Parts: sequence; structure tokens; C-alpha cells
Amino acid sequence: MADNAVLSRRSLLKGSAAAAGAFTLGFSIPFTEAQAQAATPEVNAWVVIHPDDRIVVRIARSEMGQGTLTGLAQLVAEELEADWSKVSWEYPTPGENLRRNRVWRNFSTGGSRGIRESHQYVREGGAAARIMLVQAAAKEWGVPEGECRAAKSVIAHAPTGRTVTYGKVAAAAAKLEVPKEVKLKPASEWTIAGKSVKRLDTVDKLNGKQVYGADIRLPGMLNAAIKACPVFGGTLVGFDAAKVTGMPGVKKVVQVDRRTVAVIADHWWQAKTALDALPITWDEGPHAKASSETIAATLREGLDAEQAFEGNKAGDAKGAIASAAKRVEATYSYPFQNHACMEPMTATSLWTPEKCQFWCPTQNGESALAAAIEASGHPAAKCDVHKVHLGGGFGRRGRSDYVTQAVLIAKQMPGTPVKLLWSREEDMLQGTYHPITMARMVAGLDKDGNLTGLHMRISGQSILSGVNPQGLQNGRDPVVFQGLNPGGQEGPFGYGIPNLLIDHAMRNPHVPPGFWRGVNLNQNAIYVECFMDELAHAAGVDPLEFRRKLMRNSPKHLGVLEAVAKGIGWGTPSAPGTAKGLAQIMGFGSYVAAAAEVSVSNAGEIKVHRIVAATNPGHVVNPDQVAAQVEGSFVYGLSAAFHQECTVKNGRIVEENFDTYPAMRINEMPKVESILVPSGDFWGGVGEPTIAVAAPAVLNAIFAATGKRVRSLPLKNADLRRA
Amino acid sequence: MARLNVNGRVVDIDAHPDTPLLWALREQAGLTGTKYGCGIAQCGACTVHIDGEPVRSCSVTLGSVTPTQKIVTIEGLSPDISHPIQKAWLELDVPQCGYCQSGMIMAAAALLAKKPKPTDADIDEAMTNICRCGTYNRVRAGIKLAAGI
Repeated sequence: MADNAVLSRRSLLKGSAAAAGAFTLGFSIPFTEAQAQAATPEVNAWVVIHPDDRIVVRIARSEMGQGTLTGLAQLVAEELEADWSKVSWEYPTPGENLRRNRVWRNFSTGGSRGIRESHQYVREGGAAARIMLVQAAAKEWGVPEGECRAAKSVIAHAPTGRTVTYGKVAAAAAKLEVPKEVKLKPASEWTIAGKSVKRLDTVDKLNGKQVYGADIRLPGMLNAAIKACPVFGGTLVGFDAAKVTGMPGVKKVVQVDRRTVAVIADHWWQAKTALDALPITWDEGPHAKASSETIAATLREGLDAEQAFEGNKAGDAKGAIASAAKRVEATYSYPFQNHACMEPMTATSLWTPEKCQFWCPTQNGESALAAAIEASGHPAAKCDVHKVHLGGGFGRRGRSDYVTQAVLIAKQMPGTPVKLLWSREEDMLQGTYHPITMARMVAGLDKDGNLTGLHMRISGQSILSGVNPQGLQNGRDPVVFQGLNPGGQEGPFGYGIPNLLIDHAMRNPHVPPGFWRGVNLNQNAIYVECFMDELAHAAGVDPLEFRRKLMRNSPKHLGVLEAVAKGIGWGTPSAPGTAKGLAQIMGFGSYVAAAAEVSVSNAGEIKVHRIVAATNPGHVVNPDQVAAQVEGSFVYGLSAAFHQECTVKNGRIVEENFDTYPAMRINEMPKVESILVPSGDFWGGVGEPTIAVAAPAVLNAIFAATGKRVRSLPLKNADLRRA
Repeated sequence: MARLNVNGRVVDIDAHPDTPLLWALREQAGLTGTKYGCGIAQCGACTVHIDGEPVRSCSVTLGSVTPTQKIVTIEGLSPDISHPIQKAWLELDVPQCGYCQSGMIMAAAALLAKKPKPTDADIDEAMTNICRCGTYNRVRAGIKLAAGI
């Protein structure tokens, strides 16, 4: 019934040995020996064209729902002058990238960088292939190349009326030299890019055929369930394997690393059942007494600390605040959160004394490969990863801890493929969490209500300290200042404040941090945009008007804010019982804003009725998919704002599943209106930035509705009942 | 050994009666379209139909299902993506990562079978599945498109 999901061992080994070719790694397409033998030569690294005109575009970045796959294929197809209806895709393997001198460049899929970082070279890849196809046709006809034109996969020579399809000349084109320099079309001439074409990866998601990591089946494969010490920093002392080895299906109980044990069984449910019954002794380590309270105390201390890293400085903020007519102060906080991908972490590995193959959903095929090389003990040339679509990523699958585990487990079963799947509970307890921070916002207003000075002190966790300490700059973590920077393309601060100090007292709890979709922009936007709202009210000025004055030199920041203000009907009376709120930020290279309309019942129940978003990502490759990212970003951001918090008790995370860590559901979903205002002069990302404006727009609307200012998330902890 | 009727076929499953139906379907019957998300009937990724009712298969044991009960999984909803919900989902490009969508589609199909013209309140009540990518508004639009409303 699900034969397409099963790879024969022969094809598997053949596939690993296959050179560039057209080895198809999308497991949804049945892979046969015949296909491997009939491998079509590529025109160049990005484009394979079959004799029957089918086009396969190579996609290096991972698809996790964000639509990058379709967008990148559109960009290649645009320059290729392809017939879009003939276009499909495949993932090259990271091992192949290594062997070919990184011809596909970066595989990393995070930071909303999939398209904005690679649009230039993938378009050049498409253009180069088109030039080669035209050259091949011209050569065959004996006519000047300049007299030939390509459109919709057909090359035409007008003077003689001859035409030929790409498939007929692809083999000849493949033998030509790849042109070094190509000219790209201006966006104004796009016919495939810039259009809302349908996604290339929808069909198999409608009938159960899409094979995710959790669905991989290999001949003779066993399944593993895993448990790491629930206290971060703790270790595994021992386990009593004899208690479970007689249980149904159990093959082996193995120590994976110094803090982790796994049960290997015929079926995963058997492995999990045995693991739950396995007596395990942990050394809970130095953090066994840590709690949310002790962590909060550490962060509070940082709010007043002398030493802090500067992120943005102008004038003399502290002096200006000291001499201000009015001083406004507020302290905000943002909790740990788990990514909670719908598909828990999973990877499948086959280790033999000669080589190591593995299959997994990953946001970074190359770092997954590096992790497997290290864990396998084999040289790089003997390892490769076969990527599959992700059941959600959100930053979590940029880490390769589960890949390392899968290889370490498979290594203890040489010659037998083993699929590791985390339980939801393991996924919740062994996350890399949204960093926890607090911020003390202090501002001075002059007698006319003008903002004369702002000091924003962030206290809390640094992601880079946890995941990539070599990325620190003299101890300073630049990621902390997302959206708050004095300049640059990534996330400059939009407000012109004469005396400004934004600094960070780094306080790193023992809970491991990670890049969580939207990253530090999420809490920075809440801190800044809610406090701007507070300042506007303190000054007695309309929140939009208050911002306008400060954003004179940031027209793009202001542009999206004005767009949502117009969209929500700012300045016009709200429907009875409802109120409006606004927020803007710049991050991941794009300008975003949101305006929300909410009501709060007497019982304190919040309803978001409408939310309007505006995005200026510079260029839009697929408007419908950008709209999907905006809608999805509101769900991710509002789930976090309303419901999500990972608390700590006895050194471990308390929330283990969706019953205590809820996500927003359809009944809470507001109507979303997405306005795209691309200015055409840069390339920004869209997978993340809108998340950051979801919460502050709603929090500001809640204040407008109730007069209550919520400064600590999630909202489930806030009491908004009317007295 | 348990005997099940899955997608109109008789399937014999060699697993402990306490095994959740979800895992019997995925591991023994090879029907991996039905997904594991939480194991506690919270997320709905494992939704299948039993005699037309949407059921969270992670929380139903193999032993509690009789051989005559008709189980339908995403693989059996239609032979060719021709169910109105599947057609609407394709038309609106509903899925993002798609992992939750088997369950979403099964829940939506069960809703339409009972209420061919569901109201927004009906949709809110029936569609309690979690989607982390945030496809909810397209799910709602897809149900309405399939229902012709």
C-alpha cells in the first residue's frame, strides 16, 4: 500500500553511489534501478532536462512549509524561460555538494534567508542553462545564436521559422561550457517569478503519500525510542536493561552518549513502551534545583547590572532621562518557548564499518552531514545525508543533535538501518528554547511630550553563547539586538531618538537556547512597540502620530505602519467593544507592521477579530506564498503570545505536551488581511518577521480596550477581568 | 493477531492489543499518511474515520476496534484526490509543511459528511486539530469551498 515509501536496499546503495545524475531524493517519487541507470545528464548544476521536456530544478534549501522550494524553482524557471507546467524539483545531497566544491553553495535554511540569500545565483543558474540550450540549438541549425529566442521551453529561429523544444537539445547543451557571466531579467519582465503559481509540493500532502522523516521505512529497519536526562547538565548513571529485554520486539538497550539511553525494537511503539518501563538512574548534575523563580531572579539582577554590551548608542540617554520633564519606566519579560514542530525530531541511519548513510528532515543538510561524519567515525567521503521534507522546522531542525543520536544508535547495530523518533514528551523536554529575556525600558519626555531619551536594558540569554560561541563579538551577542541596530540591512531600529542606549546584560541560564522562528526580533518588537505605545499615552499623543514624529528618517519603517493604519481604519471609531493596536519592526531584511482589532470580555477573555499586516520584502517571488507566511506567522506569534511558556522546576522543563503547552487553534484565528508593498530595491525574508509584530499589535489593542498593560507573556497568565 | 477493515480491505495486524491504532496503522499496515503528533488526542494529526466518525487513532487501542468497524485513513479517502476536501485543498494550496494535513483533511471530510453546509461555529467546533504552520484560515476557506458556501 505504501510501496513508494520503501526503498530497496539495492537502490539505496546504488543511490548513494550515484554521481550527480538525476537521482531523485524526494522519496515521494518511486525510485527504481531503471531510473538510476537512465540518469539524464544535467544542463548545469541547477537544471536537468529530460528528453520529454520535463525539467528538474535542483533545490539546495530545505522545504519545511515555507514555500521556498516553489519560490526558488520559480526564479530558476524564470531565467531558464521554462514552461512552468513541466517543472519539478529535487534535492541534491549535501555529500554531493561537498564532492562538487559546493556548487549549490549554502544548504542552511533559517533566518528567512532561503530566497533573499540565493536569488542571484539560482537565477544565474537558470540563465546559464538557457544560454547553453540556445547555443546548442543554434549550433545544430548553423545559425547565429543571437537570432534565436527562447520562451516556454521552446527555442525559435524566426528567420527560418524553425523551433525545437528544450528536451531535444538538452543533451547537446550539457556538453557546452557553462557561461561565466549572464545578464538577469529585471523583475518588471518576470512572467513566472512574482506570480502566485501553485506550490510544487502540495499533491502528496493531500493523500498521505508525502514521506516525512518519521515515515521512512527501509528493508530490515528497526526503530528506536530515546530518553536523555531531563535535567539539563545531568548525566546517565545507569539503566537496568534486563527489566525490558524480554518485552515484545525489543532488540537492544543502548547508551547513546553520556546523558542518553535508547531502546531499539522492531516497532517504535514497542521501543517506547519498553523505554517507559526501563529503570534509569540519572545524575541530575549542578542544576537540579533550578527553577523559573531562580532564573527570573538572575535576570532581574541583570536589569541593574553595571556591565552590559552596547547594541545601539546615540547621545547621552541616561543624562537626558535624568533631566527630562517626565520619566516613564516599565519592565517587560518573555519566557522560554519550545518550537513544538508537529513532527517530533527524527532521523534514520544505516551504519556499516565502511560507510554511513542517513535520512532526515533538516534545516541544514551540511551541518547534519558534519554531525554524522563526526559521530560515525568515517571520513566525509563515506557519509551522506538524504533530505526529506520537514514536518515543521521553525529553527529547531537547524540543530543536529537528533542526527548525532541516530548515528550513534545505528553504530551499535552495524548493517541494520535504525529510525530514531522522539516522543512528543522528549521533544518538549529536550528542546533548544526561545531565549528568555527581560527588558527595562526607561524614557524621558520633555514638557511637550517629545521623547528626549530612551534606555532599553535587555537582561537575559544569548543564543550564540549556547549554540555558536565563536560567533560572539568580544563577548557580545549581536543576535540580541535584532531590530534594534543602528544601521545595516538586517534589522535597523526605525526610531530617531536623540539620546539612546540599548544594551544587554548577558545572563545565561542552564536551559539551552536556540533559534526559534523570529528569534530575538520577537521579544524586541514587544518591548519596543509596547513601550512606544506607553510613551504615546504618557505624552497624551495618538500612538501612530507619536511614532510618525520619530520615524521621519525611516520612510520604509513608516511606510508599512501607515499601510496597516489605513487598513485597520486607524483614527476611525472601532466597532462597539473593540479597540485597535499597532506595531512595526524591521527584521530578516524586511519591513513589517501589524494592526489588530480586539475585544476583551468582562470575564477577561480576549478575542482578536481582525489583524492587518503590511510587508515590504523588497521583492515578492510568490505573493500567495508570502500571504501564507504572513498568516502562519500570526498563528506562530499569537500562539506564543497567548499560550506558550516553558517553565522550569527541579532543573527541567515542566510542560511535556500540547495539553500544558497549547497552540492556537482555528476557533481563535482572526481574519488576516495581508498587504504587500514591495519597493523593489532590496531582497528581504518573509518566513519570520511578521511574527514579531503579532503580539505587540494585540497587546497594544488590549491596552486600548481595557486600560491594562500586559508586560509579561504569555497572556494566559494575565488577569484581564473587569473589576 | 487483530483483524481490521481498513480502506475497504481486510488487514491482519500482529501486535499487542494495547497498541494504539495509530501505530498499528503506521507500522503494521504500512499506512504512514496518518501521523503521530502528541499521542494524547490533543493535536489531531492521527485523525482517521471509524464508521464515519473522526477518531484520534493515537488514543484508541487496537484491541478495542472490531473487524467489522470500517476504518478509513487518508490513503483511503479517495483513490485519486477527488474528495471535495482534497480538491479544495489543492485549489487553495492549503498545506504548508503538510504534516498535520492528513488529520485536518480527515476531520474536515467527517464534518462535511455530517453537515454539508457547516457554519463558522460548526467549523470551530469540529476542527480542533493543531497546525503549527498556521494554515487555519485556508482550512476554513477550503471547507467552505468544498461545501460550496
